[in-house]
Amino acid sequence: MPKSLLPWILVSQRLGIALLTLVIVSFAVFFATELLPGDVAEILLGQAATPEAVAGLRTAMGLDEPAMHRFVGWLVGLAGGDMGTSYVNKMAVSDLMGGRLVNSLRLAAVTTLVSVPIALALGIGAAMWKGSMFDRVVSVATISVISVPEFMVATLAVLIFAVWLGWLPALAYGANVDSWGAMLRAYAMPVITLSFVVSAQMIRMTRAAVIETINTPYVEMALLKGASRRRMVLGHALPNALGPIANAVALSLSYLVGGVIIVETIFNYPGVAKLMVDAVATRDLPLIQSCAMIFCVSYLSLITLADLIAILSNPRLRR
Amino acid sequence: MTQPLVTVNDLRIGAVTDAGRKVEIIRGVSFEIAPGEIVALIGESGSGKTTIALSLMGYTRTGCSITGGQITLDQTDVTALSERKRAALRGTEVSYVPQSAAAAFNPSKRIMDQVIEITAIHELMPKAEAEAKAVDLFRALALPDPEHIGHRYPHQVSGGQLQRLSAAMALIGGPKLVIFDEPTTALDVTTQIEVLRAFKSVMQQGGMAGVYVSHDLAVVAQIADRIIVLKGGEIQETGTTEQILTHPAHPYTRQLLAAFEPVPHVSFQPEAKAVPKPILEVIHLHAGYGAIRKGEPEIKILKDVNFSLERGRNLGVIGESGSGKSTLARAIAGILPPYQGGILLDGQELRGDLKRRSKEQLRKAQIVFQLADTALNPAHSIEQILGRPLAFYHGLKGAAREARVKELLDMVRLPANLRHRLPGELSGGQKQRINLARALAAEPELILCDEITSALDTVVAAAILDLLKELQRELSLSYMFISHDLSTVEAICDDVLVMLKGEVVEALPAARMSAEAQHPYSRLLISSIPQLDTGWLAQLEQDLTLVAQFANR
Repeated sequence: MPKSLLPWILVSQRLGIALLTLVIVSFAVFFATELLPGDVAEILLGQAATPEAVAGLRTAMGLDEPAMHRFVGWLVGLAGGDMGTSYVNKMAVSDLMGGRLVNSLRLAAVTTLVSVPIALALGIGAAMWKGSMFDRVVSVATISVISVPEFMVATLAVLIFAVWLGWLPALAYGANVDSWGAMLRAYAMPVITLSFVVSAQMIRMTRAAVIETINTPYVEMALLKGASRRRMVLGHALPNALGPIANAVALSLSYLVGGVIIVETIFNYPGVAKLMVDAVATRDLPLIQSCAMIFCVSYLSLITLADLIAILSNPRLRR
Repeated sequence: MTQPLVTVNDLRIGAVTDAGRKVEIIRGVSFEIAPGEIVALIGESGSGKTTIALSLMGYTRTGCSITGGQITLDQTDVTALSERKRAALRGTEVSYVPQSAAAAFNPSKRIMDQVIEITAIHELMPKAEAEAKAVDLFRALALPDPEHIGHRYPHQVSGGQLQRLSAAMALIGGPKLVIFDEPTTALDVTTQIEVLRAFKSVMQQGGMAGVYVSHDLAVVAQIADRIIVLKGGEIQETGTTEQILTHPAHPYTRQLLAAFEPVPHVSFQPEAKAVPKPILEVIHLHAGYGAIRKGEPEIKILKDVNFSLERGRNLGVIGESGSGKSTLARAIAGILPPYQGGILLDGQELRGDLKRRSKEQLRKAQIVFQLADTALNPAHSIEQILGRPLAFYHGLKGAAREARVKELLDMVRLPANLRHRLPGELSGGQKQRINLARALAAEPELILCDEITSALDTVVAAAILDLLKELQRELSLSYMFISHDLSTVEAICDDVLVMLKGEVVEALPAARMSAEAQHPYSRLLISSIPQLDTGWLAQLEQDLTLVAQFANR
């Protein structure tokens, strides 16, 4: 096989694996939600429902068909973009999700834009001046941030910036976002809180990955060629640390879509995570399944992207 | 006399150990290098030769620092310079050829960009001019396809080529002094020759001074004008190459030279048995790696290997990297099951897979790996390491096991109180003895030794060979001894197999190896071993077509 094709073969293999994972995950999601205690029909009809009415509703909703049958139908629908209808309010799941997903993605995007550059700069800087005061301050700070739970950070942020100082609105959503300044103010606190949570891990992983490559003979060689520390780290160490760094970043960012329930709740931010928790309370299976699938897709695409970066940045696969 | 290019005066370099203890690793070293002169720093690992060489660039490795003395390079006091000014010297005044070019080239950048990086860092010349100069250097270093080799990535050229490319990288800035840090140690002997030749000719043409760091006197004899013998961070002896080789004054130098003396191997004769049944027989052995399709692995390594090893005799297997010699040991040990052919141990057929061999069969054949550093668990004490096979094969426990551990340590000539230490607290030679003791714990009849002396200093390696011979007399062992080093094999083996690309090309008695080898590759290997003679490289004539055919380039 021609060598130039090799990276693309690996890339398509990796994409194939991602697709397969998605199918397996959808299977798990569907049957896990099936196992949830409680019956939708009973919940919908309330305590006074007769068994006949419950059975009638179950037939009407298609709940008495075999699970496998419903799974295939659901999967085919998903593939075609049809996420089903909410059991609770008869709205299309896609309509329920649409706005929420945009909200979640917007928050995630702003947080990414803020946290990734800062985290990479701090991580690389700490590695470049390993053992210096700067490195120690960054290390202590990241460890403290990792150890403090996010609701602490969020609550403290509200207490300081909204209650004591009165600089920022306590609630993110519904605030006036007409002007750039107002939007910045509205997003400031959730973004700060989330950045704290996701950056710490990225900083530590970046530092570790860069330090590992700094200890290789070819980086020492760069120093012996008269290169400055800056050139040594940015020109020689960093390109070889891209793979692990991309993976660390992807893992941290994947948290931004699904794992932000606490932040969404504290700042009353209507994102997907909050929607899912509400859906669990009402046994709204199509909604739960769709939310779960959204989380999986975002997680999978980030991890796949990181792997693709790692594959394509491997010089051995280049021509 | 002309002004010396380099003056080192009472140089002292200190290091801080992990435990925070301060040790002096270079203790007051003084020497001079004249312009255009090549000086060799000779010594064993830990003698401080690389540390001294690097300090000439104003560089010390992490944890080390220059604590006293003076280094003057072309009238500049390097020790007094700031880090920024030292960086300005590196690559322009003094440059470095690393031990392993394979590791010293950045895998993610093209070779040309790395070779001319010095000119970019120090803004010496425009890029096009630098590339033209690099191509000239490639040509001078006898690299194939000098116009285009720079466009490749490091993994796309061979080890010998990379080592020459690293010399081009060092010479591009037109330095006055070039430091060679064991630049041929990682190469095969047949490749080493042409790399040495290339180095020698560019150094002569450029009239540059050089520092050649090595542990190998025979290699140094070919290239250096003067030799400085180091031990424990101190100079033992300084003299011209001729003087050191012919009239060594210091006992340590004599010891180093003595390690080169061929030691004739006296075959060990166990009590004669009625029918000498071979301890190991290998019949039509085929082995390889990778996915198995239609009963054959994707990458075939061993092709139809046959031999038999009589009880109490030693078999040497020699060949260069990639010849399949280690694969052979792994196949016999059952780590890599062969896909065809048979292995008979003491007349009994061995299953290919380790898991399907009986405990008794496992006990009889033990393997000792090249690097004791990686073969010994760093978190286990020596007692645990030796105790495990004792419990596994012989069910020894408690006091009986402890007594046996002491016996084993005594067998490999180590004090019994060493058993409480961790591998990291031992020297390289001691670790290799523990590695051997672990194999002995099983009470084997056959030991497969995979390059067990290659990573050791010559004097230490010679002691290990002596130990192997003694153990053989005491325990009636047989060895299969894998090595790339002919003299080691000659010192311990009765018979030799020469391997090339997975095949045995010649089998003959070790004693008559040099005189009677017939196969052209065997001859090439024998002729490629550096001799303790300053004129050896210059007089060496090799059939170039033969070299091109067999050497790993």
